[in-house]
This record gives sequence, C-alpha cells and structure tokens, in this order.
Amino acid sequence: EEFLETREQLQRLQNGNHLLFQQVPMVEIDGMKLVQTRSILHYIAEKHHLFGSDLKEKTLIDMYVEGTLDLLEMIIMHPFLKPDDQQKEVVNMTQKAVIRYFPVFEKILRDHGQNFLVGNQLSLADVILLQTILALEEKVPNILSVFPYLQEYSVKISNVPTIKRFLEPGSKKKPPPDDTYVRTVYTIFAP
Amino acid sequence: MAGKPKLHYFNGRGRMECIRWLLAAAGVEFEEIFIEGPEDLEKLKNDGSLLFQQVPMVEIDGMKLVQTRAILNYISTKYNLYGKDMKERALIDMYTEGVADLNEMLLLLPLCPPGEKDAKIALIKERTTNRYFPAFEKVLKSHGQDYLVGNKLSKADIHLVELLYFVEELDSTLIASFPLLKALKARVSNLPTVKKFLQPGSQRKPPLDEKRLEEAKKIFKIK
Repeated sequence: EEFLETREQLQRLQNGNHLLFQQVPMVEIDGMKLVQTRSILHYIAEKHHLFGSDLKEKTLIDMYVEGTLDLLEMIIMHPFLKPDDQQKEVVNMTQKAVIRYFPVFEKILRDHGQNFLVGNQLSLADVILLQTILALEEKVPNILSVFPYLQEYSVKISNVPTIKRFLEPGSKKKPPPDDTYVRTVYTIFAP
Repeated sequence: MAGKPKLHYFNGRGRMECIRWLLAAAGVEFEEIFIEGPEDLEKLKNDGSLLFQQVPMVEIDGMKLVQTRAILNYISTKYNLYGKDMKERALIDMYTEGVADLNEMLLLLPLCPPGEKDAKIALIKERTTNRYFPAFEKVLKSHGQDYLVGNKLSKADIHLVELLYFVEELDSTLIASFPLLKALKARVSNLPTVKKFLQPGSQRKPPLDEKRLEEAKKIFKIK
C-alpha cells in the first residue's frame, strides 16, 4: 500500500499520468494501473473466482453488490458531513439498511438456506455485504437484531479463513474514520 | 420463449437512457412501460417487482433486473459488447465509470437549486475539458484504433458517444479540440443501429422540460 499523506503526493501521481481521471483509488495489478472502484473490484473478483460461475450468477452478484454499494456510499460519506447532520444521517442510514437492504438479503438467505448469497460459494456480494454490516454495526451495534439469517451469515462469512485473518488486529483492514482521517482527506483533496 | 425486454421507468432519460442506448446499439427491440405517477411506482413496489424498491427495472430473459450497472453489464455480455477477456473488461469498466461520473453531474443538474446552477455548469464544463475528454482522447490516440478497447465496438464506446451528445447539448464547443472524440462520435453515430436510434421517432428521450421534471419529482418524491 502506498499511502497518500500530502497534496504533493497526489499531484505527483496526477502529473506522472498514473491516474486516468486524476483520481484515486488506483491499484497497480497485472501491468495495469486500474482506477474506478467498481472496475478494480470486478477485475479482482473475476480473477479470483468471486464473481459466480455463469452469467446469471454474475448478474445476481452485480445486482446485490450495486445495492449494497448504495448503502456503503452513505457510510463512506458520513465522516464528511457537517457535525450537526451526522446524527441525522445515522438514523437515515439505519432506516435504509433495515427497511430497504437487509430484508432483501435476509429473504435471499432464508429462501435458499445456503451459506452464501449466490451459487453456494463465496462471492464479491458476500464480501461487500459483510463489510457494510460491520461498518454499520460500529455505529449501530444492534442493527441486525431483527435479521436472524443475516446474524448467522455475518458470523459464517467472518469465519471464512481469509476474512477471519483480515478481521484480526494487525491486518490491513483500516480502523473507523476519525478526525485525523477527515483532516488528511481534506488536506489532500480539498486544501 | 423470451419476448422483448421490458423497461420500467418514467418517460424521460434519467438512469434508464444509457440502457436504451445500449439495447438500441445492439439492435435489440424493447418495450417500455412508463411510470406516469406515484401510484404506478407504488404498484411495482407492492408487486415485489423491484428488488430494492427502485427503478430502473428491466424484465429480460425471465429476470427482473435492477441497478443500472447490473442491467448494462448483463446486456453487454449477452450481445458481445463487453470485450473478449478480463483485461479488456477492466478497461471497458474503467472508461464506463469515468463516463458515468460525468454523466451523473449532468443527470443531477436539473435538481440543482437555481442559485447554484451556474457554478455547477462551470464545474461540469471544467471537468469535461480538463479531465474526461483529454483522458478519452489520449486512449484513442495511444492505439490509433477505431474504438476504445480491443479494436471493436463495446459498451464503453456507446456510453461515451451518448455522453458526447449530452455534452453537445450543454455546450457544443467543448469537443472542438478533441479530433479523435469527434471521429468516434461520427463513426458510432453511423452504425446502422445507432443511426436509426438517432432519428426522430425512436425511443431516444429528449432533454427534460419543466413538465417532465415536475412529473419525475412527483413520481420519485423529490422536493
């Protein structure tokens, strides 16, 4: 990982033509400089067999990922809201999660009784959903209280060996955003 | 026996237009079921037809697909507009997402409060000429081929050309110093399927007028 800490570092990447649209994230992989979160996610998912076994499974995964990303986007933007708006937004996110998104995934899991959302194997959809559930639980610890299948699912996915390792202290998983994080982002992107 | 895809949306561009362009470019005939008022949307929700209670929704091959990107990716794969391997798909995805970012700014412009509109338009023009157009011009220049990826028409070309038409509506001078983009626009526009779609009477939607904007706000409960 190459962490950006100053505006100059970002400018160096931009001026060196490493960023197709002058933006990060950027991931150097297999000789490419990939930008745009979704294209990076799709490439990695497909390369490592996390994108289903046929077109129909891939499409289900795509739909579920896109829905979950709408929710995750709210979480990502949250630290940058005005402090007065932040609590209101937690309520808004919680409502969206509990009324729109979680019931969908609860039903999917209940209907097929399998451990994973699609095709009885781990996919990008499970990874993104778990990330989103854990991020929401940091703000609202009992957010899964009325979703028994999601509760069990969350535990099962967390116990997938690679994910379990990632959830342990000392991994590359980043901590919840704090004031230092917000300040750094503003310094680099909006001085 | 699969019939024509059925598109569920209001009678305007919004988030369905890129799907219309893609189907049209692929030569796929489609039907449209227009949401004309909030009750129509409620009915779709209550029928259980909308996975996340949202449109666009496209009925295709026995599925009720939602989420614009999932719909576009399915159609592209089915009609061979998504590259021939993972690396081509990665490039197509990157270019598509860049187009989507600029398109999103244009899409949300009608909802901008009047006092902020001029600043937003200035930002869109600045991003177009300093960020997005140069990026795509450079891609075309780097390989000198007729299309963005793999020397073959893909969804990336279709989405970009659609965007070029939208930008032209905003300011027709912006494309002036991008000869390869102009060439791509002409080339794709001359493909028989696209040419047909660009003619009056097709399912291509016009820019939002006041009446349609109010209709959309009522349907989607936007203040």
